[in-house]
Amino acid sequence: MTTDSPHVDQQIPAAPAQVDVAISVRGLRKTYGAHVAVASLDLDIVRGEIFALLGPNGAGKTTTVEILEGYRRRDAGEVNVLGVDPAKADARWKSRIGIVLQSKGGDSELTVAETVRVQAAYFADPRPVEEVIGLVGLTDKLKARASSLSGGQQRRLDVALGIVGRPRLLFLDEPTTGFDPEARRQFWELIRQLRELGTTMLLTTHYLDEAEALADRVGVIAAGTLVEVGIPAELGGRHLAPARVHWVEDGQRREQTTATPTAVVHALSQRLGGEIPELAVQRPSLEDIYLQMIGQPA
Amino acid sequence: MSAMTPGAVTAKTDARPELPPAGQVYVARSRVEILEFFRQKEALVFTLIFPSLLLLIFGAVLNFELAPGLTFVQYFMAGMVASGVLASGFQNLAITIAIERSEGRLKRLSGTPMPKSAYFVGKIVQVIVVGVATIALLFVVGVAVYGVDLPSTAAKWATLVWVTLLGLAACSLLGIAFSSAIKNGKSAPAIVTPIALVLQFTSGVFFVFTDLPEWMQNFAAIFPLKWLTQGMRAAFLPDSFAAQEAAGSFELGRVALVLGAWTFVGMVLCVLVFRWRDRADG
Repeated sequence: MTTDSPHVDQQIPAAPAQVDVAISVRGLRKTYGAHVAVASLDLDIVRGEIFALLGPNGAGKTTTVEILEGYRRRDAGEVNVLGVDPAKADARWKSRIGIVLQSKGGDSELTVAETVRVQAAYFADPRPVEEVIGLVGLTDKLKARASSLSGGQQRRLDVALGIVGRPRLLFLDEPTTGFDPEARRQFWELIRQLRELGTTMLLTTHYLDEAEALADRVGVIAAGTLVEVGIPAELGGRHLAPARVHWVEDGQRREQTTATPTAVVHALSQRLGGEIPELAVQRPSLEDIYLQMIGQPA
Repeated sequence: MSAMTPGAVTAKTDARPELPPAGQVYVARSRVEILEFFRQKEALVFTLIFPSLLLLIFGAVLNFELAPGLTFVQYFMAGMVASGVLASGFQNLAITIAIERSEGRLKRLSGTPMPKSAYFVGKIVQVIVVGVATIALLFVVGVAVYGVDLPSTAAKWATLVWVTLLGLAACSLLGIAFSSAIKNGKSAPAIVTPIALVLQFTSGVFFVFTDLPEWMQNFAAIFPLKWLTQGMRAAFLPDSFAAQEAAGSFELGRVALVLGAWTFVGMVLCVLVFRWRDRADG
């Protein structure tokens, strides 16, 4: 399995109309009493892409995803997941999706292999159990009780359960919450491998770096509405936003906002005779854009 | 090459998936239910071993003669077998299902293509295995330590079998239904165990039923354990003892009727109140 194959998010078109749609949502609405969890949400996810739903806690991410998974009923709107309305979905439809829920699965006394094997029994054409366990990197834990695994290992087991049925569509709800940085990197590699196997993925996260590292497209959800959808590099017009050039001149910090930072730096270099003290050129980070979108001061 | 999105690849392999035969899933679920039970120390101790432990202790303390040639241990044996049925069905399922629901394990199962029936088949198989193991252990301890007589005729064995099976059915269904009343899985043992204890004290398990005050007898007669215990006495005590029962007989017809009615009630309650998700989860 090659994990470091060239994979360039930015080359995938934002909305390729000719490709099959895995998920299509129009005017989705869900309220809990007086609280509007999802106001009016439209969303299209193309087959084969990794789509990250990004948003603060309570923005409506999990509600939206659980409606798509068939767990929750909606109050209004049209939802189509793999050609079926999840509210009317049957076992046949469930055999085509994989779900990795936000909560962990409890302390089972089954071993890793037993846990995956019983899950495989629910599907007509499952992946071989050892293969799946290898894919999530738990081969050396094959005979370990699920309850003895670390948090990161349990999450990997959750993913193994999600993919053993060869899902066409995989839901991952905040899969790396509570991971240390190294475990998160390993998990990202796993997700990239799954993409190469052709799995469509809808990922929710509140980690911006995760969305940027994995997603073909990112949707930002705030207060129950999708406020923007785009490829990570262009989210919120980030690539078009003016750059800020910082430097030090005559002992003073200077800053210039410009659409042409190269020209500014070139001019500075000539004026200051080569090296520019403490030069920095900044574009708005995904985090800057994101905080702006969800209405918080950067 | 730009048109070769991953989507174009998966679209071609989108053959209609079929589901596995239900029998295969039933076997897989039954297997893990049995494995999980026997690997949980708490379950092993409190469900499987506890009735035998009580038999050991109470047998040593209350070793008096109930009638000429009939020890209280023989009477207590019937009560402990009935308690074992209650523990395997009601306590076991009410507690473990409440925990599974709280931990989100039921929610996960309901998101898979597993037929819903397979979950219940697995639990039923587990309850039968656990119930039979609990009773077998009681037999070993009772016979080896106290020389308890096992049922003496084929008819009494038949009584033991049908009372056990009907009792397991009623207790299991009530346990499944009762699990929905428990909000937090962690508190399940603290809620379920006292219920079982009260029933045991009032149903003629620890004391001779006819020695209990009448109001207590009437209270116990509402619930299955009293009838389960009475049915077990028909299997373990000599027919001559029937005259000392409250009704002057073991009332096997009524035992079947009440346990059957509770089985029906349990089934209806399961359909009405069983949920795959925790209440806190919306």
